[in-house]
Amino acid sequence: MTVIVAKELTTALTALREHADARLIQGGTDLMVEINFNHVKPTTMISLRDIDSLRTIRRDQPGMLSIGSGVPYSIIEEEPVLSDIPALSQAARTVGSPQIRAAGSLGGNLGTCSPAGDTLPVMFALDAMIHLNTLDSSRVVSIHDFMTGVKRSVRQHDEIITSIDFPIVKGWQGYSKVGVRNAMVISVASTCLVADHENATVRIALGSVGPTIIRCREAEAWLKANHDLSAGASISLDIAGEFGKRAAAESSPIDDHRSTAAYRRHAISVLASRLLRKAYQ
Amino acid sequence: MSANEFYSLHVNGKTMPVQDSWVGESLLYVLRERLGLPGTKGACEQGECGSCTVLMNGNAVCACLVMAATAVNSEIVTVEGITSESTLTDVQQSFVEEGAVQCGFCTPGLIVAVHHLLEKNPQPSEFEVKEAISGNICRCTGYGRVFAAVEATIRSRNEVK
Amino acid sequence: MAKSSVVTKPRDILGNSALRPDGAHKVQGSFEFTSDLHAENMLWGATLRSPHPYAKIMSIDTSAALALPGVHCIITADDVPGKSTYGLISSDQPVFASDYVRYMGEPVAAVAADHPETCRRALALIVVVYEVLAPLTNPEDAIAGSFDPIHPDGNVIRHQRIVRGDQNISGPIVVEGEYVIGMQDQAFLGLEAALAIPDPDGLGLHLHVATQWLHEDLTQISACLSLPAEKIRLTLGGVGGAFGAREDISLQVHCCLLALKAGRPIKMQYSREESFFGHVHRHPATIFMRHHADANGKIVKIDARFVFDGGAYTSTSPAVLINGITHTQGPYKCDNATVDGYAVRTNNPPCGAMRGFGVVQACFAHESQMDKIAVAVGKSPVEIRLINAMVTGDPLITGQIMESVAPVARCITETDAIPLPALMGETVNELSLPGGSGLTASRSHIVRGIGWGVSMKNLMYSEGFDDFATARCTLKDGVASLKFATSEVGQGFVTLAPQIARSVLGVDEVILEPIDTQIGSAGSTSASRQTWMSGGAVDGACRLVRERLFHHVGKQHSIDPLRLVIDGTDVIDQVGTFRYSVAEASEGIEISETFEHHHRATEELDANGQGNCHTAFAFVAHRAVVDVDPELGLVKVVQIATAQDVGRVLNPLSAIGQLEGGIAQGLGLAVMEEIIMQNGKVRNPSFTDYLLPTALDAPDVVAVMIEEYEPQAPLGAKGIGEPPCISVTPAIVAAIRNAIGKNIERIPVRPQDICL
Repeated sequence: MTVIVAKELTTALTALREHADARLIQGGTDLMVEINFNHVKPTTMISLRDIDSLRTIRRDQPGMLSIGSGVPYSIIEEEPVLSDIPALSQAARTVGSPQIRAAGSLGGNLGTCSPAGDTLPVMFALDAMIHLNTLDSSRVVSIHDFMTGVKRSVRQHDEIITSIDFPIVKGWQGYSKVGVRNAMVISVASTCLVADHENATVRIALGSVGPTIIRCREAEAWLKANHDLSAGASISLDIAGEFGKRAAAESSPIDDHRSTAAYRRHAISVLASRLLRKAYQ
Repeated sequence: MSANEFYSLHVNGKTMPVQDSWVGESLLYVLRERLGLPGTKGACEQGECGSCTVLMNGNAVCACLVMAATAVNSEIVTVEGITSESTLTDVQQSFVEEGAVQCGFCTPGLIVAVHHLLEKNPQPSEFEVKEAISGNICRCTGYGRVFAAVEATIRSRNEVK
Repeated sequence: MAKSSVVTKPRDILGNSALRPDGAHKVQGSFEFTSDLHAENMLWGATLRSPHPYAKIMSIDTSAALALPGVHCIITADDVPGKSTYGLISSDQPVFASDYVRYMGEPVAAVAADHPETCRRALALIVVVYEVLAPLTNPEDAIAGSFDPIHPDGNVIRHQRIVRGDQNISGPIVVEGEYVIGMQDQAFLGLEAALAIPDPDGLGLHLHVATQWLHEDLTQISACLSLPAEKIRLTLGGVGGAFGAREDISLQVHCCLLALKAGRPIKMQYSREESFFGHVHRHPATIFMRHHADANGKIVKIDARFVFDGGAYTSTSPAVLINGITHTQGPYKCDNATVDGYAVRTNNPPCGAMRGFGVVQACFAHESQMDKIAVAVGKSPVEIRLINAMVTGDPLITGQIMESVAPVARCITETDAIPLPALMGETVNELSLPGGSGLTASRSHIVRGIGWGVSMKNLMYSEGFDDFATARCTLKDGVASLKFATSEVGQGFVTLAPQIARSVLGVDEVILEPIDTQIGSAGSTSASRQTWMSGGAVDGACRLVRERLFHHVGKQHSIDPLRLVIDGTDVIDQVGTFRYSVAEASEGIEISETFEHHHRATEELDANGQGNCHTAFAFVAHRAVVDVDPELGLVKVVQIATAQDVGRVLNPLSAIGQLEGGIAQGLGLAVMEEIIMQNGKVRNPSFTDYLLPTALDAPDVVAVMIEEYEPQAPLGAKGIGEPPCISVTPAIVAAIRNAIGKNIERIPVRPQDICL
């Protein structure tokens, strides 16, 4: 087994191209569990830990925050993300423990691409764009195209996720996650809701209730068609309840050892309804 | 760096060579089994208990989730290096005096986590204390005496001022 | 402002908060846990386990694994030189499975190699061919006899009835329920570990191990190794918690066998995942209870049926069953009862000891019933419990008379007197609501509930077991040295023992000798028994030494020894002016005495469940205040108020630690902790999915210690370890019911149980 500790992105990309068996490791919070539990036996590891360029938060263009794939959650919990993309900060704060949040990153959430990935619903609700680089090319992929299934994405072997672009949306946004403990818990069901006051739309995405994150397009469309969603509008309990039901109807949860499909669907309807009410309080 | 190759870690202010290791080893394993620093404990191997909390470049992380060979450029501080004095730190003293130690297996991780908390936030609220140690599972104490120990430390630091 | 007053530290005698002697090492990381031990030339050991809950072993091929560089030896059932099975009560568990595997995780082989990773790779190379069989997973099938025996000893481990009083009596009030208790794990943090060092001649060995009972381990190991007990020495390695899970053998025999075969020291330590398979759990149980009461709510009769799922092997199931059924009534008067109890064998993981030992299950059922009676007669939870509260002298449903101090009513009223927490304000930190950092709720979504639980718990061993503990005290030049084999698992006996010696002998310095098998047994660190039993032994040994010291001093100074007493650190003449320090009095002499403390004899139960089977009892009340999000089914326990019958507080700091720690474990069982089984397979053997309470789940605990000296107890103190975790669980569930107005009869309470 070989470990390559890269300090520059190009070093990592070169190594990635040279080693067909290489696995990328950033914070290690997912991959090391697999190694410790003997589920994977990597032969070549490329560590991104020391690549500073992946650990920056930039505001390259107005209305956009670009977060490096290696920025740890503990930084995302704080400013400037807290003010610009509050739902992402909230999601980051629900990830594991403080120790995990000091190590884990958006790049890891995307690399693993689990439907329970805490920050993924925020990316889906905000139409985040994922930057992928190879040694000699780069591309930008919408999160909606990026995640293709449970722990599957369009990332090619020789690509490294470098940063994620989040639009800064005017309006309320929030993230809620249900777990059976008051801290340090894997999501049983999660919801991100973004009220875009400028475009008078609401966007909602669900985690842990399907093979991928689910964006509830039909519930969104129903809401926009039937209700004023501009700033200062009000949402009744009935509307919120109906919206919750419609969002839940778009989920496709399963029974497993963490919860039941019925509870997950119910939880989504409650979370969606509560978030919507909060957005227009 | 390839299998069984030599590398060095910077631990508690010292450069420590790691030899003949399988490079998939976690920092936890290397600290305990190769560098003679068994103070850091392992109890879950997946970052869910905090027993292996160490400081890495000033951040509290789980050593079980750090591949040791990727930490060659990091400054690591373990419970053994939390103070250079031979006496107990105020946090350690409070843990003993307030009854925050029973079996003691979670204790080194908690000591590191609490030092880190008070370094970053000298006057944490009760909620901030709980959140800061929410990644450190203790099965014996129910946390009551641990909270008391953190409070006692803050109180004594405030009195010194 | 710095304070300048001089505080004189009180002597660390009984009643004071002496600090742990191992505390400084533990906070510095220099305390040596068993997993920290190393030996020159050491190899690592690892265990191959069955992936199936029930299967026939057709063949085991270790050749490929043996050929792996770094592998030293591999052992299977064929390599067990002595008895092929072990067990605490019934020796029915194979060291390694040879014909059948009867639970997922059952050991099949073990390997010794140069590195843990080599061990893992070797295990993967061992080829076991199984014929997979349909597992017995429903305890009712075991009782009904509808499943072929999965073990030569049959599918019913024990059946016991209790029949007392009028079997046909009833009352105007009849309430019933069927209560289901999930499988809880002890989840100590310090994983199973041992280091076995073979003697140079290969004829014996020294085992360092984290265990609850060195001598019982020794007995079982010696039989399996076919080595005389004197050829095996056991030393207690540092133990990271136990809670019952270290009472049974886990890796002990495997580690010793590998060491003898390899001729080199072997270290074994389980991973968390393996630990879930490597030790017994708390019995899942289904308990039907029907209470008959009069119009005031006084219990007239109880009908009950208990089914404990013992899993594949016996472990302590027979004793757990007896504890469960004999606590059917809880801390309440009851003259008539019909109880039927089963502990059965299934292909689920073996279950055995966990803090509370059968009483946890019974208490959840009887306390849920008490609330139903209260509702039926229009009384409050406190009133109904006070009406029925047991007192010393009451007969139990086993016919045994309650001889322990029984301040049940006081536990309830003193808990009731503890102020409730402040009501939630209109503005709250949403992170502290149920759901926590998930930010699932606002203040308006939350409802508060209050619930009660009261329990009775037997202390020490039962059913005629000759339970004893041994200790030796040696006094020399004013220093006392104590020797015992009492397992220190975190409970603090190493703090208490020196307190006893200081109190009895007037010494300041106390040396603790190594905890090993070089002295008689101390019994197990379980059943809330060590303060009483080993405390009694240390006290007895110290008293014998003191008597001899008084004789020595009396002779030297021509004073009747009967006039001498210890005053502080001096020997004084009660009727004269003579005063002499213990240090001077013991200068140049060495007095050593060994004492065995036995508790009073108990009896086995007869066919009708009658007999003086228990030694003593302790009581506790819990009141829980919880916040619930009824729509999402999420819970936050806000406050636990408790008043516990402790006899006498010997160390206030240790005592509060036991109460708070037990409460957290009971909270875990109430709302989150469960090993989830599916057709005999464990679905969540990790801390990601087996959830333990975190600091953000911990309630405020307000505790009152009720001190009514227990005359039976050597130090007047009752065991306090188990009661805290018993009635807190039903109290929390009652509070949830109170908040949402819905009956819940299953623990742990899951979100869907609340909101769907």
